[in-house]
Amino acid sequence: MKTAAAPPTRQDGAVPDREALHAIQKKIQACIQCGTCTASCPNEFAMDLTPRRLWRMVLMGETDAIFTSQTFTLCSACYSCTLRCPRGLPLTEAMHDLKQMAFRGHMSRYKPSTAFYGHFMNTIRRHGRIRETEFISRYFLTMTPSKPMLPLSYTGLGFKLFRKGKMAIEYPFAAPGKRSLEKIFQKVESMEASA
Amino acid sequence: MSYLYYPGCSLTGTAREYDLSTRAVMDAMGVPLTELEEWTCCGASAAEACSELLSLALPAINLAIAEGMDARQDVMIPCSACYLNLKKTAETMRQDPLTRDRVNTVLAENDLTVKGTAKVRHLLDVLATDLGADAIRDKVTVDLSHLTIAPYYGCQCLRPYPVFDDPEEPRSMEPLIRATGARIHPWQMGAKCCGASHMNTKMDVALELVHAILQAARGADAIVTVCPMCQMNLEAYQDKIARRYGDVSSVTILYLPQLIGMAFGLSDEALGLELNLAVNNHFRSKRKAAVNA
Repeated sequence: MKTAAAPPTRQDGAVPDREALHAIQKKIQACIQCGTCTASCPNEFAMDLTPRRLWRMVLMGETDAIFTSQTFTLCSACYSCTLRCPRGLPLTEAMHDLKQMAFRGHMSRYKPSTAFYGHFMNTIRRHGRIRETEFISRYFLTMTPSKPMLPLSYTGLGFKLFRKGKMAIEYPFAAPGKRSLEKIFQKVESMEASA
Repeated sequence: MSYLYYPGCSLTGTAREYDLSTRAVMDAMGVPLTELEEWTCCGASAAEACSELLSLALPAINLAIAEGMDARQDVMIPCSACYLNLKKTAETMRQDPLTRDRVNTVLAENDLTVKGTAKVRHLLDVLATDLGADAIRDKVTVDLSHLTIAPYYGCQCLRPYPVFDDPEEPRSMEPLIRATGARIHPWQMGAKCCGASHMNTKMDVALELVHAILQAARGADAIVTVCPMCQMNLEAYQDKIARRYGDVSSVTILYLPQLIGMAFGLSDEALGLELNLAVNNHFRSKRKAAVNA
């Protein structure tokens, strides 16, 4: 099930500069390209670049290759590579760093993942805890223009969850609640902007 | 023995039966749980994909609440993702004073301070290490010896921190399951990934992973899990997987404390069994036979 990489383009969300990779390069500079990460990865079958090749691209500063690949969004944070890496490198954490760069860069080719995580974060920002119905409704609203059939894949499950009272009927645009994390999120944003 | 308790968001919604059965089993074993006051979301797998500082600040809020409540009690967490987020943050706060200062600058907005002293424990760790199989055996009133159970651990309670079990070939559930009388289904899938949130963003990939797990469970009467994300991925997409691959039939998926609670003779209601998405007729009839025996 190899996913073909989208053709390199800088149009839809700017590819980050090489300098942006410095922090990740520092974390993984002891990589010996042994491929234990690739052999340990449960999602490798679906990746266009193997994890080993991805780390090579990171070390070489090949931002176009990295940010046209889907590899880092296919990391499910199972930590098998981190556990087994003979150099003891924080590889799962480095995958998170790449996900964060894609999120901050608003790159549309990563949209299912970035929209999913973005709506999750916005929901807990407003309410302190996740509100499943609000979160999923907003995610589907964002995704349906490009993937109109997406909600159908989950309709059966949605009905089951409602029937069992595991999901509540929620107004997806409710005002922030008493556990709102607005101040925390704002502080983080201001600290990250000045970093 | 008593614990501070962080249920996490899933256990108030889609995984309510995990919360019910955890509380019921702990209560039956005489272990008091005190829920963290006004806890908030740990960031799940979303924060780490958006912002490093938020991925530490969100768990740190809850560590700070725990430290303010009772520094002597460990914080017990049934969800593996919440567990890892709080555990990772506690370790970082202890070992990295510069990052701790940054996080405390954020937490000051809510008048909280984190030290990183709270000891974060997974429910399975508490059951296997602190309470143990003998304590379970003492409470068993219903014989489950005709059931064969496949223990499924998933990833984040095992890795990257190998705290209470082998992170590649875990065994910690086996004595607990045997204590209920049930047999262990021999398999190699206990520590394999279920795809986590890929089920929402890359469904084809997650279905492939779950298919391999369900297929390997053939011959077991049920799979038991210790994580709401694993549970949902294994139980909710079985019809789709059966249609797509044509070689798996339905498998009953339970939370570990639900199985233990059954052996304790606790009611279906107390264990939230009617809330599970995949308890099949084969399992129901076998269980009925056990209760009537």
